[in-house]
Amino acid sequence: MNPAPPLSPAGASVRAVQDPFHGDLLEVSMGPHHPSTHGVFRMIATLDGERIVRLKPVFGYLHRNHEKLGENTSYLASMPYTDRLDYLNSMTNNWAYALAVEKLAGQAVPERAEYVRIILAELTRLLNHTCLAGFLLQDTGCSGTPLMYAFREREAILDLFEALSGSRMMCNFQRFGGCRLDPSPDWLAAAARLVERYGAFLDEYEELITVNEILLARTQGVGVLPAALAVNAGVTGPMLRASGVNHDLRRVDGYGLYPRFPFRIPLGAHGDTYDRYMVRMLEMRESLGILRAALRDLPGGPVFDPKAKLRGFRPKPGEAYGRIEGPKGEIGFYLVSDGGPNPYRYRVRPPSLINLTVLEDLCLGHTVADAVIILGSIDIVLGEVDR
Amino acid sequence: MAAAPADPNGVTAMETIEQLHARIAARFPGVGATVVLNPGPAAQHSLLIPAAGARAIAEFLRDDPELQLDTCSNVTGIDWPDREVTETVRRTVTEPPPADTPAGTVPGTRVVEEKVRRAMPGHLEVVYHLYSVAQGHGPVILRLRTEDRGERVTLPSLTPVWRACEFQEREVYDLFGVVFSGHPDLRRLLMWDEFRDHPMRKDYVEPDDYEWEPTPHDRVLTRAQRHYPAPPAGSGDSATR
Repeated sequence: MNPAPPLSPAGASVRAVQDPFHGDLLEVSMGPHHPSTHGVFRMIATLDGERIVRLKPVFGYLHRNHEKLGENTSYLASMPYTDRLDYLNSMTNNWAYALAVEKLAGQAVPERAEYVRIILAELTRLLNHTCLAGFLLQDTGCSGTPLMYAFREREAILDLFEALSGSRMMCNFQRFGGCRLDPSPDWLAAAARLVERYGAFLDEYEELITVNEILLARTQGVGVLPAALAVNAGVTGPMLRASGVNHDLRRVDGYGLYPRFPFRIPLGAHGDTYDRYMVRMLEMRESLGILRAALRDLPGGPVFDPKAKLRGFRPKPGEAYGRIEGPKGEIGFYLVSDGGPNPYRYRVRPPSLINLTVLEDLCLGHTVADAVIILGSIDIVLGEVDR
Repeated sequence: MAAAPADPNGVTAMETIEQLHARIAARFPGVGATVVLNPGPAAQHSLLIPAAGARAIAEFLRDDPELQLDTCSNVTGIDWPDREVTETVRRTVTEPPPADTPAGTVPGTRVVEEKVRRAMPGHLEVVYHLYSVAQGHGPVILRLRTEDRGERVTLPSLTPVWRACEFQEREVYDLFGVVFSGHPDLRRLLMWDEFRDHPMRKDYVEPDDYEWEPTPHDRVLTRAQRHYPAPPAGSGDSATR
């Protein structure tokens, strides 16, 4: 790395800096309020001409010390807070937290609840990847139209979530030992209808977008992530698989009842921005297969273990790390119990933050306009990055 | 790809923590790693390694062909403050013989239980969860402990071994105050650079003027009055009135 000048203070947007190797450089501060950063995220890009020679992300604008809040409240009271981490995917956040606590306390989950969790997690994956495809196109400058197509479908999934949990985005649905509510037959029928027509939407969207010349030109060969770096840097989720690494926690860990469901794991060949887009489009089709099977085979029975304890819940001293394959990557919770009603230590492993580790590597040598697309393809939510 | 494992921790077969500990002890004699057992149902046991050998052990774990722990999933800190423990100690005391005992009798002994209060010095702990993407197993959990809870406690950085630690170690530095030697870019991650304290420590006290107001009122005024001494009369300082 070049001997770097100190970063510019917050507020300065553009300034000239000197570098003993490159000579005159321009430092551009993007964010924290910038439409392309998907929230309050700031990157300080140093440019040699138009090319990025250095890029430092700045975090913390949405920091509220979520982990301290978790230590000061009971186990159950943290559940609604987990909705606010990655606020697009509250259902998978809930599941990851419930899984970690169930591991900590040795709590069993009924079969029907496992199926409901899989149905909700795969709907969340559809929702997240659909949003990403829309936002990515927005980032390439295709303002409005693709995003509206994506949001139309996202809203249909959010309607399902609202009908089930009472809230579109802050679902607060999972409990330690099952789910809060049992989906009604009407709800299941509505979910099955959505799954049946979602394939047609994907076909329509891909016909518009996937072979679009502008998208190909802007994304192919941009932001190439080598597989070895991706693994070493802890990159997970679709971004890791786009680099050709066959690693999906649904397969590797086999948590929940995922081993019962056959699905393929799409892998990228080049690790560029286009692969990261394409892997997600293909993953959505696999999710539809899982959803069809889960809705077809959904067993009867309770959705909540009647022996599970909700109030006065005090797990024995010990610790547990539970993780699931969230839409953005490995979302994990690390909990330490000292036998009290609150966790002694409550830690969130945020996939968005750790995937950003390679942001500078991906952006070097590209233009600022490419950095915007690369950031979009990493798929971050600042509620989770800053916690 | 093989079907998912049946292990409750969701990992494929891997050597047990005792086997791993024995291998590390053979490979690094004199380093002194210890197994920390997890009493809970999760049974995720961990290895406590001394700071001096941490880098070498981490590189061994990454490069060992059987383990291939090629990624570090999670890095976090835990604060264990100084505490006082009450222990029951058994002590054998010699009873003084009664006055009318004939000379030459062996004095009797008796066991007494005493409660002893002992100060346990606190420490900060950094926990690493290692997994293998290549082999699909894990976690191997490493723990490093600082000597005390001072301001500039130092531990070796594992970022040169796993890039995944880069931001997470910055976060531990920011929120717990552990300085990682050998970290390429150790700055605060979430709090602003001018911030002085480490909020995730258990004894952290929120500053009074966190949300400083020029004319404090209600709760903020009460706190401000408690914190700042009353200004001398006629000084005209309205902020702390």
